[in-house]
Amino acid sequence: MNNISARNKSEKRFQMYGKTAVLIAIGFLVILLFNIFSTGISAFKQTYIAVNLEIPADFDKKNINPRTELNKHFLKMFPEATTRTERRALLSLLSKGARYEFSELINQNKERSIQGYHWFLASADLDMYIKGTVKRQGDTAGRIDENQMFFIDKLLSKNLIELQANKYLLSSADSREPEMAGIRGAIIGSLYSILIAFLVSFPIAVMAAVYLEKIASKNKFSDLIETNINNLAAVPSIVFGLLGLAIFLNFFELPRSAPLVGGLTLALMTLPTIVIASRAAIKSVPPSIEEAAIGLGASKVQTIFGFTLPLAMPGILTGTIIGIAQAIGETAPLLMIGMVAFVVDVPGSPLDASTALPVQIYLWADSPERAFTERTSAAIMVLLGFLILLNLTAIYLRKKLEKKW
Amino acid sequence: MTVFLLILISSLAVYGFILNKSKASVMSDTNIMHSQPHYHGLYSAFITLVPAILLLFFWSFIVNMITNITLKDFFSDITDTGLIKFYTDGVIGYAEGATDKIINHAGFMPAVEHYQALQHNNKILQFIVISTLSLMLFRYSLKFVEVEFKARDYIERVIVIVMRASAVFAIFVTIGIVLSLLFETLRFFDSVNVFDFLFGLHWSPQMAIRADQVGSSGSFGAVPVFTGTLLIAFIAMTVATPIGMFSAIYLSQYASENIRSYAKPIIEILAGIPTVVYGFFAVITVAPFFRDMGAFFSFTNMSSESALIAGSVLGIMIIPFVASLTDDALTAVPRSLKEGSLAMGATLSETTKKVIIPASFHGIVGSFLLAVSRAIGETMIVVMAAGFAANLTFNPFDSVSTVTVQIVGLLTGDQEFDSPKTLSAFALAFVLFFITLVLNVISLTIVKKYREEYE
Repeated sequence: MNNISARNKSEKRFQMYGKTAVLIAIGFLVILLFNIFSTGISAFKQTYIAVNLEIPADFDKKNINPRTELNKHFLKMFPEATTRTERRALLSLLSKGARYEFSELINQNKERSIQGYHWFLASADLDMYIKGTVKRQGDTAGRIDENQMFFIDKLLSKNLIELQANKYLLSSADSREPEMAGIRGAIIGSLYSILIAFLVSFPIAVMAAVYLEKIASKNKFSDLIETNINNLAAVPSIVFGLLGLAIFLNFFELPRSAPLVGGLTLALMTLPTIVIASRAAIKSVPPSIEEAAIGLGASKVQTIFGFTLPLAMPGILTGTIIGIAQAIGETAPLLMIGMVAFVVDVPGSPLDASTALPVQIYLWADSPERAFTERTSAAIMVLLGFLILLNLTAIYLRKKLEKKW
Repeated sequence: MTVFLLILISSLAVYGFILNKSKASVMSDTNIMHSQPHYHGLYSAFITLVPAILLLFFWSFIVNMITNITLKDFFSDITDTGLIKFYTDGVIGYAEGATDKIINHAGFMPAVEHYQALQHNNKILQFIVISTLSLMLFRYSLKFVEVEFKARDYIERVIVIVMRASAVFAIFVTIGIVLSLLFETLRFFDSVNVFDFLFGLHWSPQMAIRADQVGSSGSFGAVPVFTGTLLIAFIAMTVATPIGMFSAIYLSQYASENIRSYAKPIIEILAGIPTVVYGFFAVITVAPFFRDMGAFFSFTNMSSESALIAGSVLGIMIIPFVASLTDDALTAVPRSLKEGSLAMGATLSETTKKVIIPASFHGIVGSFLLAVSRAIGETMIVVMAAGFAANLTFNPFDSVSTVTVQIVGLLTGDQEFDSPKTLSAFALAFVLFFITLVLNVISLTIVKKYREEYE
């Protein structure tokens, strides 16, 4: 202990450990976010192929098969595609979605002629190659073979392949074809679940918090409720999923995979978080205000609803938003109640089968298709965007409405 | 019909509210009333609405039960309960017009007619009874507007009852968890011995569908699952504890207020990121990284779903929990202790090591236990990054499975609720719930006790 320089050295070392630990933690966060963003950003663009269309105005547009018609025009651009394999290779560059885009184009121009180049959705394989996710090796690249590469080079030399904004990602639901898959269904499913979770858990939690803080006398029973709520907050989320499975699905026989059940399950899960935050907010309201109200003749309930709750509301809302943000990202309980299905429709009501955004991420992350990887990252970016929005709202509320007593 | 009924009684309630309120406010012009006019209004609305709604609720519940029982009689020749359920659902769907699928069974059309007749009579009867009740109560509530009538007291009593019910609701959630897990667990133990489950060394829940297939019995020795969970939690804690604790020490003792106000929220972002994102990160980034590292050191025995990958990513997720709970514990130590030590000439690191950490040791242990409970209960990271095959090993480079992975694996996809395979998930969940509960109770008690010490 007498050696000052050794002690100073050990002091420096200790401080450095601390700094390193903080930097490592922040480094992990940076790596994680950088990884997600760098893989996900490309999913907001999508490869399109220009096809030369020559459809006269008097063409019978009602009785056509959009697929064969589009293929006919595409093949016409390449007279050199003669054999069956070559034609198939060429046509495989277009996505299945192209025919829907084509029939939409036809419907929009029923009376008019359609001339010139129009952009159509390309297949996921071509998309992966154009984005550089799949590297070229000689005349092949990943699942693209020599025949396909021949036509790709032709198209590229004529500037007929282009990256455009991905309109499917945010406007359509899940699909087997990566290039057509979107997260709209999942977002709507998530919003329904969250709305239900909020509507159920918020009133119950606030009421419970008021009861525990203001009405209950300190006895064994209120102690029991208190420890109970604290413990519920730390129960693993998957256990709530099993509770939802046993109670809502098996006992009440509510529909499987429905956002209603997901919302109810998430409500049970967020309940303790909101109770704990609300209690803290209620506790921070100065007793002088309540005493003044009581002194003027207000009853206890009038004081609570007239003064305590309005003054505690910013804190309660902040806690609620944080609880809701947790619930939005929660996946495991939703897996238990069957919200993990392949759903191609955007749910129209909370009773329709649906997935949720984090579940969609899980499903896509599990998919062997390369093209789903970037979409998973993109879906994560959207999810993180929601979370950032919610947390900023919470911070804003706290800053704006919080009063210093 | 039900919607119409609801609209009817709600408008009746609103009417009662307006009527009583205006009557009371006229009265209050000349008298000193006990309650303000809107309490009289609320009283009427409450009396009109709530009993009717409660009756409607119980009515629907009982009628549903009766319908299900009577519908089953039409399919009495079928023994499979699942199939009967499917048929009765089909009958209801057809009768309601939700589907036009006719099931090929002699009892189907009679059942549909029976259901429609039952529903028709039920709807009419329900409408008459409930609207009459509501109307009578409405009429009854109008009589109460008097100077002396304590409408406010009644309303407030109801509000307090609702509040108490909300608080007690939390207990019901816990009871619900325990009961739902316990029932299925007990059913599981009907077919599998408790000791085989808790101490058996072989876990392979996949059961053959037909009894005569090889290996149809399935094997439910959960020890490999438990050891896998412990191994992954251990790796996670080895990552999270040093980083979390040293960050907490640095931020609470060394960092300037400015750095602290930025670094703390940034680290806490790690806790706000959904775990499914960590799972994806583990699969897409960490797994290839470990594979390359393994190749670099020419170490080829590494499984692509090794415990190390799941454990270290889990550890990253746990860092903020350890950091913020440790931080709470460290800052709760009275300044006088710290300043006394510094005044005696100890350096800050010596003070931290010899005074602050010993003084906050309980709190640190509590935070450690809470973090362990988090790690054990975490699902998505391990589901995505760890394997499903439960190997009994402590080698971090092998693939192991955890309790939560097994639960997800067993309960997603097709499930029949009678097979031990699905029921075993509930038994695992029960163990998980019990262990995390014990950890939480211990850590909360420790933290509470220690906090009181310094207050």
